[in-house]
Amino acid sequence: MDTEALFECVTSMSCLVTQTSTGLIVGSLLFLVATGLTMIFGVLGVVNFAHGSLYMLGAYIALSAFRLTDSFIIATVIGALGVGLFSLFFERFFMRRVYGADVLMQLLVCYAFILILDDAVKIIWGSEFQSMGMPAYFQEPPVFLAGGVIPVFYIYLIAISAAIAVGLWLLLNKTKIGKVVRAAAVNPSMTSALGLNTSLIFAGVFAFGGALAGLAGALAAPVRSMSPGMGFSVLIESFIVTVIGGMGSVSGALVGALLIGLIRSFGSIGFPYFIEGVMFIAMAAILVLKPSGIMGKDNR
Amino acid sequence: MKANSFSREALIAAIALAILVTIPFVSDSSAVIDFGIRLAAFAVFATSLNMLVGFGGMVSFGHALYFGAGAYSFGLIMQHFALPIPIAFLLAVGFCAAVAAIVGAICVRLKEIYFAFLTLAFQMLFHSIIVSWTFFTGGDQGLMGGLPRPPFLGLNLVDPTDLYWFSVVVGVIALLLMRYILQSPFGYTLRMVRDNPDRAKFLGVNVWRIKLLAFVLAGSFGGIGGIIMALLVSGAFPDFTYWTMSGEAVFMVLMGGVSTFIGPVLGAALLLGFNDIITRVTEYHGLALGAIILLFALVFKHGITDFIAQGWQRLTGKKVES
Repeated sequence: MDTEALFECVTSMSCLVTQTSTGLIVGSLLFLVATGLTMIFGVLGVVNFAHGSLYMLGAYIALSAFRLTDSFIIATVIGALGVGLFSLFFERFFMRRVYGADVLMQLLVCYAFILILDDAVKIIWGSEFQSMGMPAYFQEPPVFLAGGVIPVFYIYLIAISAAIAVGLWLLLNKTKIGKVVRAAAVNPSMTSALGLNTSLIFAGVFAFGGALAGLAGALAAPVRSMSPGMGFSVLIESFIVTVIGGMGSVSGALVGALLIGLIRSFGSIGFPYFIEGVMFIAMAAILVLKPSGIMGKDNR
Repeated sequence: MKANSFSREALIAAIALAILVTIPFVSDSSAVIDFGIRLAAFAVFATSLNMLVGFGGMVSFGHALYFGAGAYSFGLIMQHFALPIPIAFLLAVGFCAAVAAIVGAICVRLKEIYFAFLTLAFQMLFHSIIVSWTFFTGGDQGLMGGLPRPPFLGLNLVDPTDLYWFSVVVGVIALLLMRYILQSPFGYTLRMVRDNPDRAKFLGVNVWRIKLLAFVLAGSFGGIGGIIMALLVSGAFPDFTYWTMSGEAVFMVLMGGVSTFIGPVLGAALLLGFNDIITRVTEYHGLALGAIILLFALVFKHGITDFIAQGWQRLTGKKVES
């Protein structure tokens, strides 16, 4: 515990700016993963324990695409689409079978996929650490703001996440698709009685949530090193995010993700050995005080 | 529950114990001895988890906390105080019970998925404490330097065969105790709480207290599994409290079957056997294990003992009591 360093950082403008920007990109990536997780829970009522592995898959697919095309934009798109397709396959052939079953079965099917995907990555891409490296067009001098340093790539990343957050809000609240999805979340049997294909809606939401995790993995590729098993810490963090924000709530995922991002970046100065502990305590506190989360409605 | 039923359980346990104890005289293969010790540890661990999952309807995904708590507390007591093994054993179990009481008091109120998460969160919290408290727990490296294992009652636990005898005796006694607990009025109240908490409440049962008691008992017995493991590896490692350990225990329970008492023991034997075979055959352990899990979760849908019980039911027309 180094409260002095933490206090010094909070009172110095340059450190404050640097750490906040770091916290924001950690939070942005977490938001993309967690929002998929929370949507899948909200609509399908299942927890996709394999969500972190989808993030990992996105990073690796993007890595290969980047090496082939040398374009980061194309790599990101392929990463997201590829994982979206994989999620569709996962949902149609595996998850769909355990919707009605108890939590134990859902946990186990996902647990099996975590193990399988980790090994599949080992077979295809190898078990050693890999890194994409910063694409050439982001190798610009960083932006200086009030003495703090913000790399250009961070700004790009935060902008994309913000755009997706806004787009998602519009999609869910202002379009017919959003209305149908929300209806299926509240009352699937009624929705299906009204002639809408809920099975298709479920598959769509699962694939979309998976694609967001893949996108997050692809976007993280230039700044994180990759290894099989990298998905697990992301999975745990996005769980904490969804529980803090409220399971099923997209706005809650945003709040939770930014909170965890900031805890991570400032924690690395103040309490580097106990960051995870602080995150778990935050989650436990929420579960005890308000199990439905900050933004969550009380559960069905 | 009638008294003769108690003595029947004791008789079965005595026969099982007699067979297990004679194994080293028949085969002196170190692989068999080693497997027996690990099986004793995991059979107790998985059965203690099934007290929650199968009999209490509480799917815990953080049960490895108690496995690790048992192993670490026992290891630290042995390293720091020159205590006889049985006393250290009891102290470690007491420590697990205390931890389970604190965690349980917070967790057992919550429903299904929230309960699974919160137990997982406490387990990972414990894991991160162990990894970061390096000077006390050895951090990433685990509890190194070996555990002193002074002989007691003519048993020298440094010798694998003696450790085997100790483990199977402790394992069978622990299983018998859990069986008694689950067949007692408390055990049946727990089943009622699982099936219909509202009705239990109307009948004057304090649901929270029953669930908490089950949680503490499960944690204490889970710790015994960890202690046996600590004796075997002569140390304790952070992996003991990692989420994969909980995952494997959940899988053992599912593979064996949640609705019979002996199911998780069978599940533990199967999973340990699979693990040994898989690691010998292929380096892609996860791929093979994942495929097996999918087979059990999607094709069989129930554990092995459920199949046998259903078959028995069809044959005799008699319902098998869980």
